[in-house]
Amino acid sequence: MVFEWIRFILGTGLLVVGTVTFLLEIFGVFKFKYVLNRMHVAAMGDTLGISASLAGLMILFGFRFVTLKLALVIIFLWCASPVSSHLISRLEYVTDKNLNEFCEVKTENKGNE
Amino acid sequence: MSRPVPEEEYGKRVSGAFKLWMRGVRDPYLGNVEVSPETAGEEDETLLKGYQEETDRMIQRIHDIENNRRYRLFQKFYRAAAAICCLTLVVMLLITVAYLPPVGNADNPAHNEVAAKYIEDGLQDTGAVNIVTGMILDYRAFDTFGESNVLFIATCTVLILMRNDKKEGKGSAEEEERLDSFYEPKDDRILQTVAMILVPFIILFGIYVILNGHLSPGGGFSGGAIIGSALILYLNAFGFEKTERFFTAKTYKIISFSALSFYCIAKSYSFYTGAHHLESGIPLGTPGSILSSGLILPLNICVGLVVACTMYAFFALFRKGGF
Repeated sequence: MVFEWIRFILGTGLLVVGTVTFLLEIFGVFKFKYVLNRMHVAAMGDTLGISASLAGLMILFGFRFVTLKLALVIIFLWCASPVSSHLISRLEYVTDKNLNEFCEVKTENKGNE
Repeated sequence: MSRPVPEEEYGKRVSGAFKLWMRGVRDPYLGNVEVSPETAGEEDETLLKGYQEETDRMIQRIHDIENNRRYRLFQKFYRAAAAICCLTLVVMLLITVAYLPPVGNADNPAHNEVAAKYIEDGLQDTGAVNIVTGMILDYRAFDTFGESNVLFIATCTVLILMRNDKKEGKGSAEEEERLDSFYEPKDDRILQTVAMILVPFIILFGIYVILNGHLSPGGGFSGGAIIGSALILYLNAFGFEKTERFFTAKTYKIISFSALSFYCIAKSYSFYTGAHHLESGIPLGTPGSILSSGLILPLNICVGLVVACTMYAFFALFRKGGF
């Protein structure tokens, strides 16, 4: 009985954490004006939010075959989402001429791109 | 009687000059009509301004709605025609809707015997546990064949439209691709590592989806799309030099052609023997095992090959124009 309660609280807590992360992501995407800031916020939601939500679901569901599939989904999303965010950010870094206005850039790195 | 003219005087006459010109001794046009190399044109400020003003005036005249009668008439006609077209469509659709049978009626065309037959006899006739696959690859196999052909023909059309045959220099496929992706991050270490880890698993998953098409949701189209996306990821990470080692236009043509012709021959044989699951010599096997349901498994593989190749070919063609 106590174990059930602990499991319920853990699962719902993780779900709430995931949802709050998503809300913060939406807020940040609309609040920030610069691309790299927005990419940071969006990538955070895609990794932390999704993994927290799915971990909550896994705990609520118990140990079954579906849980393993959810774990695989988390691993896949952790591979896919940060890499795509990284590529978009790198494109912005390469193409933006006025990068210095928004953030500090080490000049010796910029020359190699 | 003619008499000889002295050499100097003859040279001054027309015929003499012509003879000398023909012999190449004296060129009468030398220095007169030679084409001098063109000097770089100077930009005349007033002329440019005049051109600009003329263009502005023309644009003004065309878009000056108050004074341009034809333009105004055309605008009115355009709006009236759009309204009439929309109203006609709306009325037609409303009339059609009014003739539809009521929802939930037992005699509706949706509740006909075909669907009931598919659901009742599907497993027995086709041997496929997944009724949808049994439907699209057995009862309606020629429909799926047409869809696969549509994909193949679409790729051929794009190949004709976007083909870049120039091999070297400016305008060649490699050069255009290099210019197009000039700013793209190339040889990204992170992307390459992730692609190296993920691509085999994605292809494996696609093969699983194709091979289990008659047992679980999935089949040729979805599995082919998964394999195609894995190939596209590999291409994005490593570039054309790596993918062209194993996948070129020739490979595409061979795979698509053999898959489509196998599909055509197999299904033609099945229809030749009587179509409706009469004795055709192809064992159906026990439903549920991987080698069952007759022709559905090989047909699924054919469709998956065609779809995967088509997805990759589309990406490569639009990226580079020929691969």
